Amino acid sequence: MNYAKTMALRVCRQSYALRNVAKSLLSSPAARCQSTLSAPDLSLPVTHLNEEESMMKEAAAKFAKERIAPYVQEMDAKGETHPDVLQGMFENGFMGIEVEPEYGGPGSSFAVANMVIEELSKVDPAISVCCDIHNTLIITALRNYGTKAQKDKYLPMAVTDSVGSFCLSEPSSGSDAFAMKTKATRDGDDYVISGQKCWISSATFAKIFLVFANADFTKGYRGITAFLVDRDTKGLVIGKPENKLGIRASPTCPVYFEDVRVPASNVLGEVGKGYKISMELLNEGRIGIGAQMIGLAQGCMDATVPYIMEREQFGQKLWDFQSMQHQVAHVATQIEAARTMVYNAIRLREAGQPFIKEAAMCKLLSAEVASLTTSKCLEWMGGVGFTKDYPVEKFYRDCKIGAIYEGTNNIQLNTIAKLIKEEYLRQ
Amino acid sequence: MALRVLVGVKRVIDYAVKIRVKPDNMGVVTEGVKHSMNPFDEIAVEEAVRLREKKLVKEIIAVSCGPKQSQETLRTALAMGVDRGIHVEVSGAEYEGLAPFHVSKIIAKLAQEEDVNLVILGKQAIDDDCNQTGQMTAALLDWPQATFASEVKVEDSKMEVTREVDGGLETIQVSLPAVLTADLRLNEPRYATLPNIMKAKKKPIAKKTPSDLGVDVSPRVETVRVEDPPVRDAGQKVENVEELVSKLKEAGFC
Repeated sequence: MNYAKTMALRVCRQSYALRNVAKSLLSSPAARCQSTLSAPDLSLPVTHLNEEESMMKEAAAKFAKERIAPYVQEMDAKGETHPDVLQGMFENGFMGIEVEPEYGGPGSSFAVANMVIEELSKVDPAISVCCDIHNTLIITALRNYGTKAQKDKYLPMAVTDSVGSFCLSEPSSGSDAFAMKTKATRDGDDYVISGQKCWISSATFAKIFLVFANADFTKGYRGITAFLVDRDTKGLVIGKPENKLGIRASPTCPVYFEDVRVPASNVLGEVGKGYKISMELLNEGRIGIGAQMIGLAQGCMDATVPYIMEREQFGQKLWDFQSMQHQVAHVATQIEAARTMVYNAIRLREAGQPFIKEAAMCKLLSAEVASLTTSKCLEWMGGVGFTKDYPVEKFYRDCKIGAIYEGTNNIQLNTIAKLIKEEYLRQ
Repeated sequence: MALRVLVGVKRVIDYAVKIRVKPDNMGVVTEGVKHSMNPFDEIAVEEAVRLREKKLVKEIIAVSCGPKQSQETLRTALAMGVDRGIHVEVSGAEYEGLAPFHVSKIIAKLAQEEDVNLVILGKQAIDDDCNQTGQMTAALLDWPQATFASEVKVEDSKMEVTREVDGGLETIQVSLPAVLTADLRLNEPRYATLPNIMKAKKKPIAKKTPSDLGVDVSPRVETVRVEDPPVRDAGQKVENVEELVSKLKEAGFC
């Protein structure tokens, strides 16, 4: 593949993708993009990596292997992210992958962001959580909806040392996110936010909080507004971290807003557009969870297959039993299918084509495949797979969140079904 | 004195890959196998970049001799902080016969063309373990050589180098220009970070061929046969120390 051509294609994909982010989610402006492309480029396999992508993926894999792997067990046991790991992720440019060089970021692509998440997840899915949320939700929110002043303030922070937290869920509004009770009251040039958010990832160390609150309950969900809140703002209180089944190294806490006062200039996007912003972010963010889940599944396989090729029972390697080969082949096929869907969703998004259904599908399938993979791997490992001396039981615990956060499997099915219905009604 | 440095970077089979001998016993399998920069060359690049950070170096040029994919190795060097790359394309049968004898001629020629004061190479490549290129390059240029370096101090036109030798550490002083080869403990190479990978995309890689440099790369060594190391026999478990000692005696170890 000609490198220049690939890059030209990617540049085209990027520029169109960026312009389209805020547009109607089902429109198809891709035709304009396609007209400038030559046919061979479009025939690229979705999993084909250009030089930039393969270098970045390799850089993330190397970092994960050398700088995260030694801490995985300890972080899981303690339920904490090691500060060196977090610092290393900033130093290597994994936090703010798409941020432009003028704000101190690498200026890389949406695809690379997802590939980094995939690679980190092969080693520790818990660590990929803060990278995923930071890149695909917080940074994307700032880049797509931030004012010049907001970008000038927050993007340099976000690529240097300030992790972002996405504050949407509440105790009584999870999947039904827009039934939120947190309110924002206008007071002069400020807004005063009060309420409680829960399941907030990275909250113990996050410095930037993207908070959704209703500024006008009379308008229903059309009152929901997004706010940027700095950690040290008075009245912002981080609760006790949850004691979780999996992704334990990623702290998840309730966050309380006790009359938190922020200037009106901290509104992200327009007042009343919070529901739209959160939906657009999550539509895209699901691809990141898909990337996390396929990385997790692959990491689990990589930790299992060499063992079954070595372990002997009944006088032969486990691998030499045909039933074992067939099971491994079946799971590997599922992972390949999920990976192809994740990469296809990435390429659709980069090409500025509709991707919401495909993103929901790839998240759903990846979560299911991760669940199947980790369960099977644990069984194949036998007794040792059930112990903490091997990494498989951790993957088994970590994968479950994939079917829950950024939209449960049932919510993905709702989204997919809604889009299928629209397709058929159009016919 | 701000130096100009030439660093050699070789694309080799990744250190973590299990090497397989080809069925015809004439080499090892390289197709579809992960390759990366020779680890000693990473150390060489890192040292050059550190010297520049100390304001002792004004330009770092990396050279790689090999097939098209060697450009990926050069790109990594550029992402670590090298300013520009030179790819000397050698492929196919020619590449299979390429040896330190040829590479040192290429590097010596480039050192003169680029007017560098310091050539830094890895002490050896992990694929062929030759440990000859640095020494031969110094001989061809008639420059002093400081090999197996574990510490380097540059002062004016001199360089003090601590070498890891069999008996311990040896400190020598060489005058510049010189050839330096990096040992394992010289430094810990940095990662190619995402911002630096992006910046590296804009750095130039010049393409050359051995004939552009007037170097004849016809093979001087013929490979007769490549074999796997002998398979190690399985060990035995012993119940106690007495049994261990008697087994060792039986085997003639004590």
